[in-house]
Amino acid sequence: MVMMPKPNEEVIAKRGYLVQRLRQIIRDPEAVIDEEAGLRAFECDGLSAYRQLPMIAVLPETKEEVAEVLKFCASEGVNVVPRGAGTSLSGGALPLADGVLLGLGKFNRILEVDYNNRCAVVQPGVTNLAITDAVKSDGFYYAPDPSSQIACTIGGNIAENSGGVHCLKYGLTTNNVLGVEMVTMDGEIIRLGGKHLDAEGYDLLGVITGSEGLLGVITEVTVRLLRSPQHVTAQLIGFPSSEQAGDCVGRIIAAGIIPAGMEMMDKYAIHAAEEFCHAGYPLDVEALLIVELDGPEVEIAHNNSLIEKIAGDCGASVIKQSQSEEERLTFWAGRKAAFPAVGRISPDYMCMDGTIPRSQLPLVLKRMNELSNKYGLRVANVFHAGDGNLHPLILFDANIPGELEKCEQFGADILKLCVEVGGVLTGEHGVGIEKRDLMGEMFSEDDLKQQQRLKCAFDPEGRLNPGKVFPVLHRCAELGKMHVHNGKLPFPDIPRF
Amino acid sequence: MTVFDISSPDQIKDALDWAISEKQSLSISGNGSKESLGRPMEVAAELRLANLSGVRMYEPAELVMKAAAGSSFNEINAVLHENDQQLAFCPPDLGPLLGQGAGLGTLGGVFCSNLSGSQRIKMGAARDHLLGVNGFTGRAQAFQTGSRVMKNVTGYDLCKLVAGSYGTLAVCSEFTFKVLPKPEKLRTVLIFGQEPNAAVITMRDAMSSVHEVAAAAYLPEQIAGRTNIDYVSNANRAVTAILIDGNGPSVDFRLNALRSMFDAQGELEELHSKRSSELWKFVSDVGAYVEDQRRLVWRVSLPPSDAADYIFRLRQQIEDLEYFMDWAGGLLWLSLPEGLEDAGQGIVRSQIRNGGHATLIRASSDIRSRVEVFQPVDVVKARISEKIREGFDPYRILNPARMYSIG
Ligand SMILES: Cc1cc2nc3c(=O)[nH]c(=O)nc-3n(C[C@H](O)[C@H](O)[C@H](O)COP(=O)(O)OP(=O)(O)OC[C@H]3O[C@@H](n4cnc5c(N)ncnc54)[C@H](O)[C@@H]3O)c2cc1C
Repeated sequence: MVMMPKPNEEVIAKRGYLVQRLRQIIRDPEAVIDEEAGLRAFECDGLSAYRQLPMIAVLPETKEEVAEVLKFCASEGVNVVPRGAGTSLSGGALPLADGVLLGLGKFNRILEVDYNNRCAVVQPGVTNLAITDAVKSDGFYYAPDPSSQIACTIGGNIAENSGGVHCLKYGLTTNNVLGVEMVTMDGEIIRLGGKHLDAEGYDLLGVITGSEGLLGVITEVTVRLLRSPQHVTAQLIGFPSSEQAGDCVGRIIAAGIIPAGMEMMDKYAIHAAEEFCHAGYPLDVEALLIVELDGPEVEIAHNNSLIEKIAGDCGASVIKQSQSEEERLTFWAGRKAAFPAVGRISPDYMCMDGTIPRSQLPLVLKRMNELSNKYGLRVANVFHAGDGNLHPLILFDANIPGELEKCEQFGADILKLCVEVGGVLTGEHGVGIEKRDLMGEMFSEDDLKQQQRLKCAFDPEGRLNPGKVFPVLHRCAELGKMHVHNGKLPFPDIPRF
Repeated sequence: MTVFDISSPDQIKDALDWAISEKQSLSISGNGSKESLGRPMEVAAELRLANLSGVRMYEPAELVMKAAAGSSFNEINAVLHENDQQLAFCPPDLGPLLGQGAGLGTLGGVFCSNLSGSQRIKMGAARDHLLGVNGFTGRAQAFQTGSRVMKNVTGYDLCKLVAGSYGTLAVCSEFTFKVLPKPEKLRTVLIFGQEPNAAVITMRDAMSSVHEVAAAAYLPEQIAGRTNIDYVSNANRAVTAILIDGNGPSVDFRLNALRSMFDAQGELEELHSKRSSELWKFVSDVGAYVEDQRRLVWRVSLPPSDAADYIFRLRQQIEDLEYFMDWAGGLLWLSLPEGLEDAGQGIVRSQIRNGGHATLIRASSDIRSRVEVFQPVDVVKARISEKIREGFDPYRILNPARMYSIG
């Protein structure tokens, strides 16, 4: 189990005083929660193996309230954990025993839809899907579509730089956000970006995106809207082996086709999903691809025939083209429900999120199988195949003593394997607490310190979401120090013009 | 000034160690093609990275390449070309605009200035294609961020910070970036004789259509006349240009659809692949302002729907204003007569009303030392930026004062 920083007893001792002062800051007295029943609602996020009641939960409604709360917490030396919908799978929104949980759920309004500039300005607590719902009837949508999109908030998406099945063609959150308004830990409100493109000065918007709630609290977001494609179709392609499926993915892309989405499931995931929602998946294959194409009908037809040929050459045993919008959605229903489907066949599961260079897929699957045997835990694989993002789902039973630890070990081994083959620890779910202690697998001590120096520029006291992302917390003063080597000869071997 | 010819990462480290211990500052450049972009600096030495070049890794089926920072675009493009791939943000070559030769641009120059061509509105900016960076911070420490895979949220995304930092945070030795298939076919729809506000609406409609428009620009008559594409230069009218790309059947279909969509807007014409490439290169590289090197050039990013009104207001105050629009109105390239007090920054910046920024791309070094080349940022952002810099380059040895004066 990952250990959280030791709670500060002095802070906990003044809880009553903090509650009283926070009630003076927040207009709605019910929005400062201090009784256990109320705090329970926030005790965990999507990584539910970790639970902790926050010291206090605060639900502000305006950016001014957010600013006042942060300023107050900073002055009292109190840590703050921002929270959207709490669907994070990496424990990013896990509360702290000595911290204020800042829930952004009341920031739930869409402030402006601006078709002239093809963007929408929304509050951070608006759900991902609500943005698309608001503009769908006018033929627009917001492209990044995490499977959790009914529930997760756009603020959480920015904090995690979330992806979805369509990011192969349309990019991650970071490629679809134009601007944010953000409050720093010392209570200053800043705007980064807007309805225009690119940053003036340093690209702070770029580093805020994916910063897991460690740099500031997002209070408004401007997202790019896209016109919905004219036509969309999906193909199911089944293969006798995952190697063949992986090969097919590579060849489709090498042929110059970037599908809107390209997902892969292994046998175990196929069966679980099929049983759960009868998507019409073939059950006699080892691997299944869902390939979605969008655009004008002629383009889809052209690419579909190319893909069919490639799939045939790669040894596909089943190729099924969606014949209607309804059928297309059914194809996806199985994939999108893969997590709950697996959840049904096992008491607990943990979702991993490494990314690998695609060519390494056969090796990684083989090694994962070996690990599965070693740990005696089953694993089902769903995979954003187009961009190499793996989601192995490890099945376990938390009620069996020691099984959670075993599952975590197994998960850590999978992620180390991803790094070993040239990949990364997390493709879209974030580091949070889950992968915090594995950061050293990917980064040198110096690189981790350099990242923490960025944190120092925004939050020098380390009050925002401490204990997440970084395995070792350094003081900013210590990070700032520099060791100067004694003056070497100026450029002994560098030629001069 | 001494210019050091860097050909290995170790030499970067040596140079930085020296600069730190001697308290000397350095300017960092690729081939020097964008040397005059930014504020003039007084430094002890220049590090030139053009000889730190070469492709380190290229996997076409994985859409990824890693190459040394000094690699020239010509070199990179030649390798990509063999596999029908490209850098989809279409990096502009601003060398000629800045009075230098063509084809000098290096990877380091383009990523560190985050400059993107006309296709940026569909394909994203240079920063969106940057996956990983290796280099050294101003602490002379080896520095690595990102990776080689497309999806990565492990730790802060420092690639975004490096992109557009104009060499003020780190000396980059290698970049890993995304490459994409080259579209099989290009077509440009030309609409003749539109007024600026009508053109902005046309470009908006094109961008809002289902036809996946790749680029949209508006060239007033005077600017159109400077291209060497006869359909455009002989039009004797303003030209609105809309680019689509993709596979053959798709492009044909969308071309016809766009033509019928804009049929009522004026006379139409179309350009095929070769001429389309030439036209969009002219737009992205700001070819229109190459000839008269005396004039000042500003680059303004603003909400696309503000473009026509902005130009209208500017024209009331600057008589001899030249301009054209890219990015469907979201990017304006202005050319101003020399001799304007403050290089026009007061007017150019104060008329940006709904967010945006203006950069002085071309001016004498005298002007660039007096005028804010980059858009001034508010105090909080300035403070955070300065602290970020403190973290990367505490002695301010890297391109000091190139972006902003040292705080
Ligand atoms: C079933 C399921 C499927 C999922 N599928 C996907 C998927 O396909 N792709 C994907 O990328 N993710 C997926 N996720 C993960 C998760 O939904 C995303 O990470 C999501 O972006 C989290 O949003 P949230 O509002 O729930 O944030 P929370 O879980 O509340 O918080 C996540 C992090 O963001 C910070 N944060 C939240 N709001 C703010 C704010 N306003 N300002 C600053 N920081 C803030 C928190 O401190 C925390 O660190 C899935 C999760 C589940 C449970």
